[in-house]
Amino acid sequence: MTGISPESLALLIAATLNAGTVVGLAALGLLINERSGVVNLGAEGMMLVAAFAGFAVGVNTGSDWLAFGAGALAGMAMAAVFGVLVIWLNTNQYATGLALTMFGTGLSAFAGIRYTQEKLPERPHFDIPWLSDLPLAGPALFKHHPLVYLTILFAIGMTWFLMRSRAGLVLRAVGESPESAHALGYPVRQIRLLAVVAGGALCGLAGAYISVVYTPLWVEGMVAGKGWIALALTTFATWRPARVLLGAYLFGGVTMLQFQLQGQGVDIPSQWLTMLPYLATIVVLVLISRNPTWIRVNMPASLGKPFHPGA
Amino acid sequence: MFKLEPRATPSTWLSLASPVMALAITVIIGVGLFILLDKDPLAGLQMFFVEPLKSPYALSELSIKAVPLILIALGLAACFRANLWNIGAEGQFVMGAVFAGGVAMRATPETGAWILWAVLGAGMIGGMLWAAIVALLRDRFNASEILVSLMLVYVAEMVLSYLVYGPWKDPQGYNFPQTITFLEATRVPKLFQGLRLNAGVFAALAAVLVFVVFLYRTYAGFQLQVGGLAPLAARYAGFSSRKALWTALLISGGMAGLAGALDVAGPQGQLTPYVPMGYGFAAIIVAFVGRLSPVGIVFSAILMSMFYIGGELAQSRLGLPKAITGVFQGLLLFALLACDTFIHQRLRWVASK
Repeated sequence: MTGISPESLALLIAATLNAGTVVGLAALGLLINERSGVVNLGAEGMMLVAAFAGFAVGVNTGSDWLAFGAGALAGMAMAAVFGVLVIWLNTNQYATGLALTMFGTGLSAFAGIRYTQEKLPERPHFDIPWLSDLPLAGPALFKHHPLVYLTILFAIGMTWFLMRSRAGLVLRAVGESPESAHALGYPVRQIRLLAVVAGGALCGLAGAYISVVYTPLWVEGMVAGKGWIALALTTFATWRPARVLLGAYLFGGVTMLQFQLQGQGVDIPSQWLTMLPYLATIVVLVLISRNPTWIRVNMPASLGKPFHPGA
Repeated sequence: MFKLEPRATPSTWLSLASPVMALAITVIIGVGLFILLDKDPLAGLQMFFVEPLKSPYALSELSIKAVPLILIALGLAACFRANLWNIGAEGQFVMGAVFAGGVAMRATPETGAWILWAVLGAGMIGGMLWAAIVALLRDRFNASEILVSLMLVYVAEMVLSYLVYGPWKDPQGYNFPQTITFLEATRVPKLFQGLRLNAGVFAALAAVLVFVVFLYRTYAGFQLQVGGLAPLAARYAGFSSRKALWTALLISGGMAGLAGALDVAGPQGQLTPYVPMGYGFAAIIVAFVGRLSPVGIVFSAILMSMFYIGGELAQSRLGLPKAITGVFQGLLLFALLACDTFIHQRLRWVASK
């Protein structure tokens, strides 16, 4: 690439942060799930329902925060259904997650049909005073929606929670060995449900971010695989919050590179560029999964396995 | 309080009753949904359970949806039995359609009837190649087949989109994203005048028979099953898990590819961006509801096709979005999984301490 101007680089960084926030938020949510030993393939469905709920509430109330609240609630409700099925009825986690994605895809398309023509009201721009006036760094880093910064805080908070707090230790214990945690008297099922619902809330926020901020409109199936990419990210990050965020921004960069290349008039059909994030996800998965011991050491030991207390 | 406890032996009765119970639950929720939306629930049920079976025309339309669902679900059953989660059948379907379309486009008016076999064979190869990527990455690099197969769905859709917007676009197509309409020789023959029902139903029925033999009467089918149910026992018996991986994925890719080929050489007649219609995902539900058994899959595929047609009728006659089909599909799978719990466990009342 010849002569990329500093201004367009600043915009590329801004767009990268923006796109990374979507998958980063969702992947952080899935990370909490998986640390407790539950894998939720329903991320895509939760995000779609949350994207719809957030958009609908945003259109009707004009409030960003109510929209995000609705998205988080929708994600939590979906996650709770999933959680009760897999944790209490011991249904297969993969199949139940798939059901959640299918149900969410159907439900959001069904309920969203009336909103395909709607627009969100004009919203104020979020500029951090003084910092956003800086040349280059201002537009690149300091003109984002507050959720972009909150996501970074979430990742830091989650690292502290998992590695430094007692509750985080219990959560990890439940994920590593639910039998031992149960023997110590911890309510394994309730803890798992809490983790699943918390994960749903973050996936919900991510979904609402898509329809309220990232591409502020409602289109059927608009999550377009970001839920699945978020799932891949947790493996890529070997279940560590900081690496999840790093991976998310990396992914955001790849996503945005396609627009940059198109903008530069590079003569590649748009479809090949649209493929990039999905291909990148596969490549990254291959690279990280290549070493089975590395994965086995880092993966929560009970991931995907049901737990029967007293069995 | 109620407590779930494991049964000594799984209940055979319940494993057959569970899909029926799941359907009943879905219908009950559906009736509630119709009432909530201020629609006559009886009319709603009629769209889904009576209209799709009412006339030869309706049955012919039903077959158009049931054939791909049966073919894909049969292949998925082999995968799921081996505990391999190929959820990217949609992508394998699309690649099958692309390969089949690529061959069909080369036909000239002089081409003989053999071309149809080439079209279908190409479709199977396309689907198998797409699934082979999944098998290779899982086998060599331990990459999750769930995520890889799913990512490849998006990639396949983009390949299709590139072709129909680009090099394969019909020059006389008024710039619409579509290929030429395939010549008659490459099309699956229709069985009756005026109906879309075509010879694909024979392919589906033959496949059911082949799978009955393969799954229940061959050593390879047995190995797949053991590998899925008890990996350690399979290893002890010397069954290769790598072989099972490749077999199951290539079979399911080939079946999805065949379904894609039959679809473009049948009702579609050309490639458009609308080739992927979600059959690959719906077939996952078909496979589970059909208990991963070939005969069960026939029934559940017919049921799922009724959902599709019912959704379309609900749109045209009741003014409901046809996405309602997706809601019911998801609900059915949820209900099935919940009911399946009781095959292996029973609910007991235990006096609280």
